[in-house]
Amino acid sequence: MDLLDIDARLSDEQRLVRDTVRSYAGDRVLPRVAGWFEEGVFPARELAPELGSLGLLGMHLTGYGCAGADATSYGVACRELEAADSGLRSFVSVQGSLAMFPIWRYGSAEQKAEWLPRMASGEAIGCFGLTEPDRGSDPSSMRTYAKRDGSDWILNGAKMWITNGSVADVAVVWARTDEGIRGFVVPADTPGFSAPEIHRKLSLRASVTSSLYLDDVRLPESAVLPGVTGLKGPLSCLSEARFGILWGVVGAARACLEAALGYARTREQFGRPIGGFQLTQEKLAWMAVAVQQAQLTALHLAALKESGELKPHQISFGKLANVRAAIDVARQARTILGANGVTLEYPVIRHMTNLESVLTYEGTEEVHLLTLGKALTGLDAFR
Amino acid sequence: MNIVVCVKQVPDTATERKLRPDDKTIDREAAEGVINEICEYAVEEALRLKEAHGGEVTVLTMGPSKATDTIRKALAMGADKAVHLVDDALHGSDGLQTSYALAQVLKKIGFDVVILGSESTDARMGTLAAMLAERLDAPQLSLANKVEIDGSTIRIQRLTDYGFDRVEASLPAVVSVVEKINEPRYPSFKGIMAAKKKPVETLSVADAEIDAAKVGLASAATEVVDFAVAPPRAAGTIVKDEGDGGVKVAEFLASKKFV
Ligand SMILES: Cc1cc2nc3c(=O)[nH]c(=O)nc-3n(C[C@H](O)[C@H](O)[C@H](O)COP(=O)(O)OP(=O)(O)OC[C@H]3O[C@@H](n4cnc5c(N)ncnc54)[C@H](O)[C@@H]3O)c2cc1C
Repeated sequence: MDLLDIDARLSDEQRLVRDTVRSYAGDRVLPRVAGWFEEGVFPARELAPELGSLGLLGMHLTGYGCAGADATSYGVACRELEAADSGLRSFVSVQGSLAMFPIWRYGSAEQKAEWLPRMASGEAIGCFGLTEPDRGSDPSSMRTYAKRDGSDWILNGAKMWITNGSVADVAVVWARTDEGIRGFVVPADTPGFSAPEIHRKLSLRASVTSSLYLDDVRLPESAVLPGVTGLKGPLSCLSEARFGILWGVVGAARACLEAALGYARTREQFGRPIGGFQLTQEKLAWMAVAVQQAQLTALHLAALKESGELKPHQISFGKLANVRAAIDVARQARTILGANGVTLEYPVIRHMTNLESVLTYEGTEEVHLLTLGKALTGLDAFR
Repeated sequence: MNIVVCVKQVPDTATERKLRPDDKTIDREAAEGVINEICEYAVEEALRLKEAHGGEVTVLTMGPSKATDTIRKALAMGADKAVHLVDDALHGSDGLQTSYALAQVLKKIGFDVVILGSESTDARMGTLAAMLAERLDAPQLSLANKVEIDGSTIRIQRLTDYGFDRVEASLPAVVSVVEKINEPRYPSFKGIMAAKKKPVETLSVADAEIDAAKVGLASAATEVVDFAVAPPRAAGTIVKDEGDGGVKVAEFLASKKFV
């Protein structure tokens, strides 16, 4: 399937990361994930220490028990996680890139020492609260507000669609203040903080999604992230996480292609394998091209990230192009599986519906299109 | 304690494995090389012994240069260093010759315990531990599903058809392990990154004082005379249950001498 032999270009270590994550997901996740999806659960407490001992949580960060992996290794790990399920990759992305990253990058020495080692090991779970019920693509107009009260802060507001919310020990919450947008490290047991789970999703079902309610949450001065003020704080976290997504979806797409290929070789109609029909082969060929092109995009962006040159619009390019490619591959794969394509016996419809969330979160497709439009024309069409 | 674990790279069992038409040896280029699965259990056991008793775990691999991938994996799991015996002269060596070559290396590097998997998925001889023990003049404790070391005494539990045997010997010794012994750990990312800094010593036949005339295809004691591709599996038999399904199934099993 790797028609261009792309993985042969990976280093020995990167291939070992690939094989390790692949075999972990194959042993521990794949046999059970269809059941989790069906029941709408994700056993975060059980998996977090395992993911931690592999070094997957905050793997691209340094110090505090983090592995300090290069960008390509981080990408390859996300790819292999998402080949199992986008929910698994989401858990790891949120923990490492959205919850640990802001503490690592903008936190005080005390915040780092308190949270990062426990989060790297999977003992503590984190979430990232930016989106609100009424503010999604436009977080700059968020309503959650933090007001100073002596040396304390008092937070009020609501967040929505927060991955890991109900299982988190700590939430990184972004709120408006008189000084601009600031990040707060909120322990989940703080009075006034609650995180009920959102049910009835038909996508990313093997992932916990929650609301966060902040009702006169009183925090000490030491809870604010000292290192950043303004929207660039949360946006820098999203850049990290989007890099993981644009790699991750290559895994989801590959898993769909693999399933379709296996099915096409063995399923017989009209007396021969359906993979022998030209129409099926055309689908498979386009799917393989799409997966490999997405992989090349991901590798290129990893090289840019490693040399410190990666720009936000380039991440938008990757997120936009690769998620779209993965959705197209998943839908084609589904047609090849016929009726079997709509059941959880095969991974395809699970990936296909998961990718609808991936299309929307971390910047919708439209938002990334506008980002590219602006990069091309110099004209801002957002507002 | 000086623990040496023998690790072999084999063609991936998940892909189609081939013999070379020219010299009838295993085609190691045709399939991706992976760690022989049971060797992971041997590495795990070596690491547990080290964790319990201290010392050092050395990986010993005989194989082509691409076997470094497999060595890297064992180091990423936590082994301390590796010795890679690699030489074109070794190509096509059979079990006897392999045991001679590995024994030469083991005599050179020394050991308290040598741990091996019970067999490899490519050649499937399952005799290397016995031959090594003989050549090293060390006791052999085979097919262990439990290993304990107490001072200079080593005890294993060997799973048998009737229960298990308890086998005891004094160190240095050669142990082969079966899959029931443990659950191998996954390499951690820190382990993976640390692995590239761990020493891997490469030895040629001459370095290991192996007589080149005694290894390799030309002087092998065994010879692959011929080989053929296994015939595709015949279509299964479908027994239609018309009230006598049980009887028919029993008759079928009896005809195949299963019952
Ligand atoms: C499963 C899941 C998990 C999530 N996890 C998290 C999380 O952990 N933390 C977090 O903070 N958020 C999370 N989100 C929220 C996600 O980031 C938002 O849903 C996303 O940013 C879009 O916001 P919205 O849903 O409010 O849509 P809206 O912003 O209301 O957009 C609705 C539609 O309008 C379009 N649109 C909006 N503005 C424009 C414009 N200027 N021009 C053209 N089109 C426009 C959008 O592209 C979209 O098609 C998650 C979402 C999901 C589904």
